Amino acid sequence: MSSIIEIVQLTHIYSPGTPFQVTSLDSISLDIKKGVFFAIIGSTGSGKSTLVRHFNGLLTPTAGKVRVCGIDTADKRQRRNLWRSVGLVFQQPEQQLFEETVFADVAFGPRNMGLTEAEVTERVHEALRLVGLDPLAASRMSPFHLSGGVRRKAAIAGVLALRPQILILDEPTAGLDPQGKRQLMEHVEEFRRREGATIILVTHDMEEVALMAERVAVLNRGRLVMEGSPREIFSRAAELTAIGLDLPAPARLMRQLRLLGKPVRTDVLTVAEAEEEIAVLLGETLC
Amino acid sequence: MDEVFIAVKDLTYIYNRDNAGGYRALSGIDLEVKAGEFLVIAGPNGSGKSTLARLFNAMLKPSGGRVIVAGMDTMIPENVWEIRRRVGMVFQNPDNQIVSSLVEEDAAFGAENLGLPAEEVQKRVAETLRLTGLSQYASHAPHLLSGGQKQKLAIAGVLVMRPSCLVLDEPTSMLDPAGRDELMETLIRLNRTMKVTVVLVTHFMEEAVLADRVVVLSDGRIAISGPPAMVFAEVELLAGIGLKLPAALEIAHGLRKRGFPLPQEILTIYDLLAYFKNKALED
Amino acid sequence: MLSGISLGQYIPGDSLLHRLDPRTKVIGVLAAAVSILAFANWQGFLLAALLTLTALLVSKLPPGIILGSLKSLWLLLVITFLLQAFLTPGTLLAVLGPLKISREGMFAAVEIVLRLALLILIAFLPTLTTPPIKLTAGLESIISPLRRLGVPAHELAMMMTLALRFIPTLLQEAEVVISAQRSRGAGFTTGSPARWARSLLPLFVPLFAGALRRANDLAVAMESRCYRGGANRTRMNALKFSAADYVVIGVTMAVLAGVIALRFV
Repeated sequence: MSSIIEIVQLTHIYSPGTPFQVTSLDSISLDIKKGVFFAIIGSTGSGKSTLVRHFNGLLTPTAGKVRVCGIDTADKRQRRNLWRSVGLVFQQPEQQLFEETVFADVAFGPRNMGLTEAEVTERVHEALRLVGLDPLAASRMSPFHLSGGVRRKAAIAGVLALRPQILILDEPTAGLDPQGKRQLMEHVEEFRRREGATIILVTHDMEEVALMAERVAVLNRGRLVMEGSPREIFSRAAELTAIGLDLPAPARLMRQLRLLGKPVRTDVLTVAEAEEEIAVLLGETLC
Repeated sequence: MDEVFIAVKDLTYIYNRDNAGGYRALSGIDLEVKAGEFLVIAGPNGSGKSTLARLFNAMLKPSGGRVIVAGMDTMIPENVWEIRRRVGMVFQNPDNQIVSSLVEEDAAFGAENLGLPAEEVQKRVAETLRLTGLSQYASHAPHLLSGGQKQKLAIAGVLVMRPSCLVLDEPTSMLDPAGRDELMETLIRLNRTMKVTVVLVTHFMEEAVLADRVVVLSDGRIAISGPPAMVFAEVELLAGIGLKLPAALEIAHGLRKRGFPLPQEILTIYDLLAYFKNKALED
Repeated sequence: MLSGISLGQYIPGDSLLHRLDPRTKVIGVLAAAVSILAFANWQGFLLAALLTLTALLVSKLPPGIILGSLKSLWLLLVITFLLQAFLTPGTLLAVLGPLKISREGMFAAVEIVLRLALLILIAFLPTLTTPPIKLTAGLESIISPLRRLGVPAHELAMMMTLALRFIPTLLQEAEVVISAQRSRGAGFTTGSPARWARSLLPLFVPLFAGALRRANDLAVAMESRCYRGGANRTRMNALKFSAADYVVIGVTMAVLAGVIALRFV
């Protein structure tokens, strides 16, 4: 598989040369393969949001290189077109809705792409259906009279309608209830399956990472401290705890059981896996 | 523990009651909040839990039924300010409840509104900042605080009025896991050591396992209420409402289904571990 | 980024000026400003300049910060100088093409630039040496006697407090909204005025909606904390004049009186 994002020695400094100078990213090198579900984790202020803003050219490196879809983001002319292939869903995206109807808001991106009205309509319909909203109703609904969960869906549809090759989501499920969270992640998975898109998920929710991600990068104070599969990452429990990160609850339980001397796997990620391990354990003691 | 602090009787709340298309957010709610207890009101988004919270401090008035706080009816205008002093409210978005660009000035706001003398305000601010662990940030700007610290400032901002009860409306939903833990620790400490009544509105069931009692709302009605162990035994009911069990409970439930007789009292990972420890001792 | 040091931004410190009551600083600067505008001869100018210079030295502010305010307003100074120099009629001094400089013009230009420069130097001292929140309390206290004339002193001060608190938040929000709409291909700069105005909707509608939502949340939070306007409210940090405050007010008033007296000499 080829790399869709290549980052070499990326450093980003905010307000350089002023008393407010902050090094937000410090010589990060990272490769993200095409089509992969990639998660970026790290405690608040670790530089996650700054990093993903380099992926669609909103920010450019103070030093180092970022290549996205073969484009060097330092190239100003090419950078301007990156938004067409890299969709970025911000935190609480529902706060960026502005049009009179949900339909018009979702159409904003496709219209900016210069598509014909027929193509725009087709894309809007598809994006709305992807997130479980009725396209016909959407042309009558004002985004300002909807519940938080529906607004979130509408805002994400606005990015999906660009049909990006890379979809970046910055804490997309924050503030949603469990059902809303589950639905949203299903929609993202559905989009990925249909478009073969690369997904980059920034999140605090370790259960989400354990369930969805194929690769995980861990940031701490602007540095990349780990990269690997979720199983590899979550088996390094001590290092994660040291930088203020949690394990998914099932992994935490297994680790504690191992500390009690029980012969269980510690690379467990999901509730089902944990249940299986304990069933074996209890079965043995029962016999 | 048995003294009733807030009594809710046959409460109904309808938004835009004057319009034909009013929206019924709560109906037929009967509920008692006991003095000194840690009560969680859980429910998915749109279940009416935030509306209920706002009826507790007379920000909203019942469309039907009664809310009585420490013997005072929220419908009677003369009671409103004493009720708000006694029932301190903390909201979801930490940024939108901080009034001042200086931490100690923000903590002082409530006490200043009560018209207390300057020395008393200073004394109370110092005390509440200490209780919430923010003393060292007294002269900081609030935007330099973390999310968890901002919510603790919001708590300090109401504690300064010396309320008997804290009502928190999804205070952790915009926080990261570290901030969430920090806030929960503070709440439990205030409840245990200061005997402050805590009503926590949330959709995180992980927070509900720490409560004395859980009330689950669904579509504006109480679906179930009782001690956590009892409420969490109703796995199908909770799943139907759209609430997710904490991982430890899901595992325990799955194991029970496979025929392992795990006790109902298992609520957290630590309970599970304790169970295995004891079992190891028995064997 | 929308951050950086802005003109007149508070610089923490521990000088005599930092410690003065905010009301003293406001009154002192007003007296100094009147002196600077009122001097009519070189003795008066010296007195006003001495007061300004003393205040700057006492503030212990870094010279870069003090000169920074002059630097950011230099264009104003230059334009004022040129207008005075060229447009005042009188004894001809020099001719530059179609422009004539008179002797009187030169004098008037130097005089007005000196006045402006002194004003700029002194005007930012209160904001440079006082946390905004304290300055607001000071202003409220100064204008509160006007309450009897129907001026809503408390409400004005509360508005200033909330503005100070929320301006950074709203700037941050603006930055996010701009980034988010750019990510959907929004351009904020192209086309005719009508199209340009329309292109700003994706920015201003969310910002406005966000500000309204915050205002609503804030009102609920304030009422929940028993806020019901200025009546019966107390302040944690009541403002109190110290000996230094009386001395400073005395000195500035003496300078003002001196400058005015010198007009009649």
